[in-house]
Amino acid sequence: MANNKDFLDIRNLKIEATVFPDGEPAQNLEIVGDVSLTLEKGKVLGLIGESGAGKSTIGLASMGYGRGTIRLSGQVFLNGRDILKGGVKGFRELRGKEVTYVSQSAAASFNPAKRLMEQIIEAGLEHGVGTKAELEKRAVRLFGELNLPDPENIGSRFPHQVSGGQLQRAMTVMALVPEPDLIIFDEPTTALDVTTQIDVLAAIKKAIRNTGVAALYITHDLAVVAQVSDEIMVLRAGAKIERNTAEAIITTPQEDYTKALVSVRSIEHEEKKPTDKPVLSARNISAAYGNKVQVLTDVTVEVHPGQTLAVVGESGSGKSTLARVVTGLLPPFQGEVLFGDKPLSRALEGRSKEDLRQLQMIYQMADTAMNPRQTVGTIIGRPLEFYFDIRGSEKRKKIIELLDEIELGVEFIDRYPAELSGGQKQRVCIARSLAAKPKLIICDEVTSALDPLVADGILKLLLRLQKSEDVAYLFITHDLATVKAIADSIAVMFQGKLVRYGPKSEVLAPPYDDYTDLLLSSVPEMKIGWLEEVLASRKMESAGN
Amino acid sequence: MRIPLSALVGIIMTGSFFLIALFAPLVAPYGLAEIVGDVWEPRSAEHWLGTDNIGRDLLSRMIYGGRTTIFIATAATALSFILGSILGLTAAVLGGWIDQAMSRGVDLIMAIPSLIFALVVLSVMPVTTFVLIVVMGLLDSTRVFRLSRAVAVDINVMDFVEAAKLRGEKLKWIIFREILPNALSPLVAELGLRFIFAVLFLSTLSFLGLGVQPPASDWGGMVKENKEGIVFGIGAALVPAAAISILAISVNLVADWVLNRTSDLKGGRGG
Amino acid sequence: MSSLGKLLVQRIALGLLLLLAVSALIFAGTQILPGDVAQSILGQSATPTALANLREELGLNEPAIVRYFGWLGGVVTGDLGTALSNGQDIGPQIGKRLGNTMFLAACAAVVAVPLAIFLGLVAVRYRNRWPDKVISGLTLASISLPEFFIGYVLIYFFAVKFRWFPSVATVYDSMSFIEKLNSIALPVTVLTLVVLAHMMRMTRAAILNVMQSAYIETAELKGLSAFNVIFKHAFPNAISPIVNVVMLNLAYLVVGIVVVEVIFVYPGMGQYLVDHVAKRDVPVVQACGLIFAGVFIGLNLVADVVAILSNPRLRHPK
Repeated sequence: MANNKDFLDIRNLKIEATVFPDGEPAQNLEIVGDVSLTLEKGKVLGLIGESGAGKSTIGLASMGYGRGTIRLSGQVFLNGRDILKGGVKGFRELRGKEVTYVSQSAAASFNPAKRLMEQIIEAGLEHGVGTKAELEKRAVRLFGELNLPDPENIGSRFPHQVSGGQLQRAMTVMALVPEPDLIIFDEPTTALDVTTQIDVLAAIKKAIRNTGVAALYITHDLAVVAQVSDEIMVLRAGAKIERNTAEAIITTPQEDYTKALVSVRSIEHEEKKPTDKPVLSARNISAAYGNKVQVLTDVTVEVHPGQTLAVVGESGSGKSTLARVVTGLLPPFQGEVLFGDKPLSRALEGRSKEDLRQLQMIYQMADTAMNPRQTVGTIIGRPLEFYFDIRGSEKRKKIIELLDEIELGVEFIDRYPAELSGGQKQRVCIARSLAAKPKLIICDEVTSALDPLVADGILKLLLRLQKSEDVAYLFITHDLATVKAIADSIAVMFQGKLVRYGPKSEVLAPPYDDYTDLLLSSVPEMKIGWLEEVLASRKMESAGN
Repeated sequence: MRIPLSALVGIIMTGSFFLIALFAPLVAPYGLAEIVGDVWEPRSAEHWLGTDNIGRDLLSRMIYGGRTTIFIATAATALSFILGSILGLTAAVLGGWIDQAMSRGVDLIMAIPSLIFALVVLSVMPVTTFVLIVVMGLLDSTRVFRLSRAVAVDINVMDFVEAAKLRGEKLKWIIFREILPNALSPLVAELGLRFIFAVLFLSTLSFLGLGVQPPASDWGGMVKENKEGIVFGIGAALVPAAAISILAISVNLVADWVLNRTSDLKGGRGG
Repeated sequence: MSSLGKLLVQRIALGLLLLLAVSALIFAGTQILPGDVAQSILGQSATPTALANLREELGLNEPAIVRYFGWLGGVVTGDLGTALSNGQDIGPQIGKRLGNTMFLAACAAVVAVPLAIFLGLVAVRYRNRWPDKVISGLTLASISLPEFFIGYVLIYFFAVKFRWFPSVATVYDSMSFIEKLNSIALPVTVLTLVVLAHMMRMTRAAILNVMQSAYIETAELKGLSAFNVIFKHAFPNAISPIVNVVMLNLAYLVVGIVVVEVIFVYPGMGQYLVDHVAKRDVPVVQACGLIFAGVFIGLNLVADVVAILSNPRLRHPK
């Protein structure tokens, strides 16, 4: 349905890549089958989907770019001309001038050896958009509009001298300086802390509004994309599932897949009351790394049997460090850790096999948490051998039981980790820790690296297992939505200190301390206009002070 | 498992060299020190490669010389490999001052180029086969130490090793069941490269007169013996030199193939 | 700038310390090994009196520490000792030959380094296409070839059959520069081929590593010309790894030179060292060993210093 107002008109785009599997001839892989989309000038289209959906690839294809061995076929009309026919010279002319790109990781995308300003005006200079003085003036103005500190001088800094959130905004400025017609935002806030994300989101929205530029906003987070887009297109496995206005997608999704995406993290969980005999107590823990950097200060938390304590915080809060102290990998210089009522040795070396058995851990990256040279059967079976001396056919029987618990079939016993999907890998790690029949499992960001739907599946599994095995969880995460879904009690951490702690209902109810307030209000909600509300309320608060 | 052509060629050639070396007395037409003809006779039916600088059959000398070269190089490589990899893996897993002490020691030895160090040592020690094997083995073990330590350190920081430690696994399990299986591929490739280096190094030492001593002879020594002929247009010295090169290339082809088959632990670049 | 300065001073001090430790190692290597030095020098048939005299002369009866510091003191003041075989002062002998060796090394470096970098760039530009594969194949071959093979093949064809260059590379002071170049043409070629292979492979890997960085993709997505992408973005970040590669390979050069000098009978330090190892002339071996090691350490030190200086995080701290 192309019309004259359409700035970007993609027709029957097909994207393929060549893959080179081990020891086999090169194969053709179809990433995107047949996708068509149109975008009007001045509008924002959100492309949403899970990893592998092809959204980044489509975004880059709008610039005629493909990573690695990618080949594009079909038609991509930009301002009325098919850029795929323009050849390398054609691409070079439009990139950085008509179409610009903001990537996921600004830290990697800036050249570490050059100052920011030089890189920001470079594209404009190359394409003759303006003189150096003009472009610099434009950049400084944009620095100010996007609330970067010290706009006059920030351009003379090097990338490593500036924070992550500031760098992401600088990258947005870099995309705006040539005054393009289309900007492609590729997961620009995914790598940021939630409190930083909200500032960057606001900056991006403001920039788009002020310049009237068209934009493709690519992300896997529906709540985020709903804040900045006029329309949303849902993608799955390289095909379009649904496209509608943002409001319609959120409130009245048509397709099942879209419905699933919208209802993510709406798991209901009955909060349990704390008991008087905690399974784990950490008291007055203060710890520091070898170079005398103090990472935890006087932290006291408890986990109760069969319940979940969620430890939530952003990067640098010390939540993962707390896990390392509990497991004995980082002995604290003050405080103690008790299991039941028995104190545990501070260092790993001093703990008995039985101590170690009762406390298990699941990691964030399931890829590196399993030995790639061991089969699933070996990985799950080892704790059975090691702790209970179960071998032979009895061991095999138990492995099959465990596989059943994690909803995988018996054929997985002889598979290697590389043959599994992300969700399956994490399930195997869960089975491995269950095999030891522990009283407490530390879950260190176990769903953070997974797609939203897969993560949901894992959370549901963990909740089910908690009921059937009566195991407690120390659940570390930065994602508040997960916390709401799974926790019985919550500990909020900030810069190594415990900021707020108690049962879920208390912690999540006002009045809040400043940090918790900031944290909770920064989590995007699946609601149109949420961003404006939060910014307005913050402005009112600061105006009122 | 498809083997590319280059690796196949490498495997066949290397295999042939080793087999000939193993069965030298059965294969060689003449004895090692038999004088059978004139000095530097050209190729003929009786002497496929002609004769050398004092009239011995060049082909037979090549076969026996190959045996010496391959034997010493293999022994030195085995020594350097076993010593270097065990120490390297241990240093990586134990860490702390043991790691520091060993690494500094290795840095010190590697601060002197191998050839220079070998020359310095050989200027005071008697040059026997045993001494050659030990000197070459010890010097080369430093490189194997560095590599195996680097590989082990990379693996050691993986979560699955930490998971094993948290389980309470003993050091033996961690080294042999967790780390070693993942370290094998790069180590085996390195084995090939170390062997080539040993062959070249030994040949160089012999060429300089400080390796295998007459009447025993290896390929490097044979180059030295016949080098006078070059200025007269006699190519006898090129034959052992070419053999060294062919052996090195063959092993290189195999090592390259093994290295390319190393699966990336982290699963390659994301996205 | 001060933290950068501190880092540099630390690194240089470490280098000097290493040199000191190496000198001790070399000394230990020659003096404190099993096998009596005097016996090795005079052979099996030496009389006890002759052995005793030689030991006295070599100062072998004094404790090792004393002998070490004596030697070290001499080295620092420029006195490298006296050769056993002919009683001459080692210092002046080495001086002349060191100059010759440096000349040969410099000529080889001047040819090899730009060529290696150029071929590395070509290989990256045409990655996985035929120029890359051809270059890779040739370098694989030349890494496997010992120096004497290349040397004698060159002599066989270019010196004997075609008579373009001499087979023996003699240089003496009264030669003109052109004459000297002609004389060393073949040894320089051998050295170049030997070092070129390693250097080219490592340069290719270093450049490839930089080219695969995210900021290179960003530069391409800004529509910069290929020239600008490579020279403005890739090159500044490639300097440090390339310098590292070059320095490491010049260190290879130091070792390859020993063999090349023997092949071509070139009056340099390598020839000097080898001759005296055969004669078991320990003072000469010590002195030469120390100098070679010193050059080796020095080159590695330069690589480290360049790496420090070209790291923007160290030059411009937060």
